[in-house]
Amino acid sequence: MSQTMTRRQFFKVTAGGFAGAGLGALGLTPEALQAATRPFKLERTSEARNICPYCSVSCGVLMYSIGDKAKNVEASIIHIEGDPDNPVNRGTLCPKGAGLLEMIHSENRLKFPEVREAGSSEWKRISWDEAITRIATHMKADRDANFKTTNEAGVTVNHWPTVGFLASSAASNEAGYISHKVLRGLGVIGIDTQARI
Amino acid sequence: MTNHWVDIKNADLILIMGGNAAEAHPCGFKWAIEAKKHRGAKLVVVDPRFTRSAAVADFYAPIRTGSDIAFLGGVINYLLSNNKFNAEYVRYYTNATYLINESYSFADGMFSGFDEAKHSYANDSWQYQKGPDGAPYMDPEMQYPKCVLQLLKQHYSSYTPEMVESVTGTPKEDFLNIAEMIGECSKPDKVMTILYALGWTQHSVGSQMIRTMAIIQLLLGNIGMAGGGINALRGHANVQGITDMNLFGANLPGYLASPSDKEPNLQAFLAAKTPKPVRMAQMNYWVNYPKFMVSLLKAFYGPNATAENNFGYDWMPKITGAQDVLALFEQMHQGKLNGFFCQGFNPLASVSHKAKIGQALAKLKYLVVMDPLATETSEFWKAHGEYNDVKPEEVQTEVFRLPANLFAEQEGSFTNSGRVIQWRWAGQNAPGEGKGDMEIMALLFTKLKAMYADGSGAYAEPIQKLHWPYRIPTSPSPEEVAKEVSGYAMADVLDPKDPTKILAKAGEQLAGFALLRDDGSTACGNWIYAGSWSQAGNLMARRDNSDPSGLGQTLNWGFAWPANRRILYNRASCDVSGKPWDASRTVIKWNGKAWVGNDIPDIRADTPPSESVGPFIMNPEGVARLFAIQGMKEGPFPVHYEPFESPLEANPFFPNNAKARNNPAARVFKGDGDNFGKAADFPHVATTYRLVEHFHYWTKHSVLNAITQPEQFVEIGESLAKEAGIGHGDKVRVSSKRGHIEAVAVVTKRIRSLQIDGKLVHTVGIPLHWGFKGVTRPGYLANTLTPYVGDANTQTPEFKSFLVKIEKA
Repeated sequence: MSQTMTRRQFFKVTAGGFAGAGLGALGLTPEALQAATRPFKLERTSEARNICPYCSVSCGVLMYSIGDKAKNVEASIIHIEGDPDNPVNRGTLCPKGAGLLEMIHSENRLKFPEVREAGSSEWKRISWDEAITRIATHMKADRDANFKTTNEAGVTVNHWPTVGFLASSAASNEAGYISHKVLRGLGVIGIDTQARI
Repeated sequence: MTNHWVDIKNADLILIMGGNAAEAHPCGFKWAIEAKKHRGAKLVVVDPRFTRSAAVADFYAPIRTGSDIAFLGGVINYLLSNNKFNAEYVRYYTNATYLINESYSFADGMFSGFDEAKHSYANDSWQYQKGPDGAPYMDPEMQYPKCVLQLLKQHYSSYTPEMVESVTGTPKEDFLNIAEMIGECSKPDKVMTILYALGWTQHSVGSQMIRTMAIIQLLLGNIGMAGGGINALRGHANVQGITDMNLFGANLPGYLASPSDKEPNLQAFLAAKTPKPVRMAQMNYWVNYPKFMVSLLKAFYGPNATAENNFGYDWMPKITGAQDVLALFEQMHQGKLNGFFCQGFNPLASVSHKAKIGQALAKLKYLVVMDPLATETSEFWKAHGEYNDVKPEEVQTEVFRLPANLFAEQEGSFTNSGRVIQWRWAGQNAPGEGKGDMEIMALLFTKLKAMYADGSGAYAEPIQKLHWPYRIPTSPSPEEVAKEVSGYAMADVLDPKDPTKILAKAGEQLAGFALLRDDGSTACGNWIYAGSWSQAGNLMARRDNSDPSGLGQTLNWGFAWPANRRILYNRASCDVSGKPWDASRTVIKWNGKAWVGNDIPDIRADTPPSESVGPFIMNPEGVARLFAIQGMKEGPFPVHYEPFESPLEANPFFPNNAKARNNPAARVFKGDGDNFGKAADFPHVATTYRLVEHFHYWTKHSVLNAITQPEQFVEIGESLAKEAGIGHGDKVRVSSKRGHIEAVAVVTKRIRSLQIDGKLVHTVGIPLHWGFKGVTRPGYLANTLTPYVGDANTQTPEFKSFLVKIEKA
């Protein structure tokens, strides 16, 4: 990789109004020069490196987002492709990963906390504050009622046996660790993850 | 994976069995093609279906789902009968020479020590014969009848090619052809790799299928070699990392055990978990268990954990009984759980037996779903026609749905199947009010901590004592947490050989797990990740992809656990004298003074070969276990048992012993046994799988993927289609004892009908990607059909082998 120019260096050299001179410097043909004069669609984007969230090959991806980083301007990803520097996928993505952009912008993304009350047939939008308060209230009531400090034999167990938690295997290692720390901190033992399945 | 993705290119023979890398792991599979094109490697695929992996293979053989141990046991028999094994490797690096207790026996499908009432084994008789000094007896010639190699020979002597054909349906010639190709890899300069996935794990004997392969790789001398190893192609992008963080009831991060009610205090816990040395000179890495455990307690409880309070051991909850997902839903089904959380997990779709899961969820008081997508689980209570036929008014569960972010909106690390941890950066924020999983957990924790602040309620102490040093308590940053996971010094860490020398100053990041201490001077959230964020910075974010060895090791790309080692057990890539078995594929070698080469040595760098330290340092005896003296519920050697739903009345190996039909140590909950179907009613075997266009139950929410595979279908072979009067494109109903689905029939040559034990058995293939939420056409959840029983060790459900009937809808 050190011998040849990486693709991103190539993008830098060829970007914007310097396209002609850049390509000329690279010794490419006049036809390529003409073809490159159309403004490159990723020219004004920011690049972030990430990992495809599907199978465990964990292909490196380059994500390009628009938005000028000003306050109140939301960045939005407009293009995703394989990371050519990643030694495993070397720039490739498979048919699953080819749809990553549509996954991010899926109409089925959840956008707000919601509750479905007991017996109801509808969702109701609530605030984060209400959601966290209501969930924590349920948790505390259940924990206070059912926490066990010792078992029948008198051995200290300090656990909360009436709750269960299934952990994400699409979360980062850090989120997984924090989830684990919080759960044990609360005395939860009913923990499992997608990894088993 | 003991090895890693790019390393597949170093293999001479690639066996894909129990997986379909071309469709389920396409970009990793290209390294198999690389091996074929540039090394002349051969690719062999054994699968019930002629998959796309098979389509580019040099050789393909069909097999009946669930019969892999019969096939692989036949390979072991072939290797031992034809002297196709690496004798030096087997003698010095495995327990082949060890003598097993005289009281050990295996007869008519059962090992010694079975307790019929409990459906479990006591493993006292599965132990080594030991001398008065506690050292195991060995026979270096491997001739004594009770030595492991002879027992292995004896155990698989009935797995003849004829028997393989009868049980698996693989034609005898095909089996022998593959056995011969595998046998070639017993030469020191020929290496085989195995790529498997859920096609092995999702069986009631899944762990033993993998163990059978591990035995083969050890006989061939392929573990530790570049291009070799045992390679589990895992299912999700960070399923390896979350496994390492051990989000399991029975474990703590770094594969430490969770304290249980059998270990009332830290001393009892450490005594039970720290293995005693077996051989004097042997490196026994788990002897460091107390250092890993105390450092974890320090990470959890910080300065509140002191020697006086046993580093907060009492605060840590003690587990009682099983806590796996099948056990949890069983408890829920019995009404014993009140609250439940699903973080990026869709159990209504991905745990076996949908009807039972739905009934169980309806018994909860509250359910919390944290997910980027509108999952089926979050709407288990909602009527979705024939696909989810429920009455909302009858479901009293309060359901909360919290919007979580997706990969593109997260910063932090992911660990790939090859144990390489890579850092990721966010490209946008989650839409609407979505938040990260870490922030959601922190919000819940800080809220509860405040609610418990007045000392009211049950046992508030561990909540108040949990170490929470994050700059924004409601939103810990990935960097802060990654540093805690990797480990830091809480006090100066001194050199044990020279206490005047400080190895790490208080507050510094630790360079690796060798610096961890059991005196409270170090904190480390996960010992196998130690060193991933050292004083040199975030090594997971490294992006130097240079590969000077040409083996694809890229040691400066990210960070591999443990200790940045890319190939586990790499000491075994050399012979006893320290010379590589194959110099062209040198992983490490002894240069007269130290172990050097193209990887981090999996042995202390200055230990000379003359000290005969075995390469398998995680076992106290230093050798790999062909015979598992512990750790396996259903026996020290794998045995072929039929799936719980099998077309056969009896196990062909033990036709007269009904107890040995299925895995004797598997757990079947009361009531679930009645839900197993019989071949008389459900004559065809069925198996579930992924398609190349979809990922699990996620990509049906992505319009591009939905366009490429919009509608649910099942695959059947031509002979079954003819027999059942089903045409290509017909709508069919597939039923099991637990429910039915309807889908379009694809009639294909890819699925053959096989002769099994004298009768013709048909296979129905069931892709699993549809459900009642998504932008594809709505479909049935495939787990409507699958049985509620798991592997005896892992409790992974048996999604891959069950019985169905099929008819025109």
